[in-house]
Amino acid sequence: MTVVMEARDIRRHYAVGGGLFRPKGVVKSVDGVSFTLRVGQTLAVVGESGCGKSTLARVATMLEPPTSGALLIEGAPATPAAGRQVQMVFQNPYGSLNPRKTVGSILMEPLAINRRGDGPAREAAARAMMAKVGLRPEQFARYPHMFSGGQRQRIAIARALMLGPKVVVADEPVSALDVSIQAQVLNLLMDLQDEFQLAYLFISHDLGVVRHIARDVMVMYLGRPVEFGPKEQVFAWPRHPYTRMLLAATPSVDPRHRKQSITVRGELPSPLNPPAGCAFASRCPHADNRCRNERPEPRDFGGVKVACHYAETIG
Amino acid sequence: MSAALTFWRSFAVNRGAVLGLAVMLGLVVLAVLADIAAPYSPIEQFRDSLLTPPVWQEGGTWHYPLGTDDVGRDILSRLIFGARLSLMIGLTVVTLALCLGTALGLTAAFAGGIVDVVIMRTMDVVLVFPSLLLAIVVVAILGPGLFNAMMAVAIVFLPGYTRLVRASALSELARDYVTATRSAGAGTLRLMFNTVLPNCAAPLIVQASLGFSGAILDAAALGFLGLGAQPPTPEWGTMLAGALQYYQRAWWVLTFPGLAILITVLAFNLLGDGLRDALDPKLKR
Repeated sequence: MTVVMEARDIRRHYAVGGGLFRPKGVVKSVDGVSFTLRVGQTLAVVGESGCGKSTLARVATMLEPPTSGALLIEGAPATPAAGRQVQMVFQNPYGSLNPRKTVGSILMEPLAINRRGDGPAREAAARAMMAKVGLRPEQFARYPHMFSGGQRQRIAIARALMLGPKVVVADEPVSALDVSIQAQVLNLLMDLQDEFQLAYLFISHDLGVVRHIARDVMVMYLGRPVEFGPKEQVFAWPRHPYTRMLLAATPSVDPRHRKQSITVRGELPSPLNPPAGCAFASRCPHADNRCRNERPEPRDFGGVKVACHYAETIG
Repeated sequence: MSAALTFWRSFAVNRGAVLGLAVMLGLVVLAVLADIAAPYSPIEQFRDSLLTPPVWQEGGTWHYPLGTDDVGRDILSRLIFGARLSLMIGLTVVTLALCLGTALGLTAAFAGGIVDVVIMRTMDVVLVFPSLLLAIVVVAILGPGLFNAMMAVAIVFLPGYTRLVRASALSELARDYVTATRSAGAGTLRLMFNTVLPNCAAPLIVQASLGFSGAILDAAALGFLGLGAQPPTPEWGTMLAGALQYYQRAWWVLTFPGLAILITVLAFNLLGDGLRDALDPKLKR
């Protein structure tokens, strides 16, 4: 399996504040994330709001440069031209389509920008893509506001695929949709992945969705990965207390699957002033002084990397 | 169905807009054909019939359907010739302010940082002065005359357009479709004019159609102070301003130029409303 995207210790920091009498602060939105994406595979990034998922997405699509670290696309450092290989599907289908353009011109625009083909060829490509994502030909000349959320997300997916990317970064692509529509869009994404051999960087906070679509799972907390490994292992045997907490919070219909509930206490620490030790220590039921003072580095447990001092004893 | 026909259909739904368009077309035709349409020269003085009332009032005559002014010039002829100037003033001022304001506003929104600060604070400085005072200063620098007056009014109008464009561009820039277009590789110019600007059009069209009337009135005010159109040039605002002293004994000298401005402004506003609605895909069936 060839690697299409590789992130090496990506960091993205923002300078904030800095008023007249206040010092400037640095928010470490993403602080040391590494992963490899292979052809036809899905890496899911999960975590609560503010953990740096969306920043990671913006760095992966080269909308923002990383503060440090390297992003490689097919083995070469990412350049704007290589950026066409990475396209994005956004969370909100109501804001991600230009309201003044028809579906047809939205789909043809990426081709026009990159001067691919002539008019008729672009139109043919757009119509073919519409058929692939399940839109009807007569919808070619309609405007986005005439569509439902699920249909709009189909349009957004079609647009992301127009340039034939290798990687699609999907930032919570189904969380704004009705549950009944979510499954349709997820299945569409998986069908398209098989057809075009796409690699997905799938960002979500919905573990049910992740269980459905992902091959690997990265759990992020305050800009750092706390647990990263194959889906089956992470879901079946979560080693990091934060992962256990997330899994316990997932609602389940089947009573046998209901795990004992672990109450989540406290708030995410301020990213402006992260704790010296383990970022999760303030909310962790197992935390002791070592956790509060010494930051755990990721360690390998049979393919799963876990950043916790007590991964052996807890797991 | 061609794009033009589609556009006309959605435009024609709005009766008021069609009426506005008809009035505007009528005015333009009158302005172009002023030499044929007007009964007299706009500056010819009939010294034996000063302040003749309009035809339906006692003392009126069919020679001067809308009466004459204080030096005996036919008001109808002056109105028809004035349409030329007033329409030109409105169009020139609005076009100048709109183009410059759009360019400045988009630049400020896209560039951000120091460029944004420089442009917007300059606009604030312009905004600080009372509009007429600023126009007078500009005309005083450039010298009196109709063209310089138009420039002055355009400069006075500039901050409104700049701020409007910048504000709507900023709110559009934050939306995901701009990000998507950018990640497809679009350059800044394409993002500015193809992606963002069309989505800022609605408030701009309204502002422009309202600005048309403001331009005529401001140019008239400059004319009144002797800094705009110079007498005997037949310009509506100048006519209105020059007739102020007769408002008690010769209402027609004042009323007809005023009505002409009112009707033009109204027609232009109706037209602008219709244009805005026709250009908005959300309002199409």
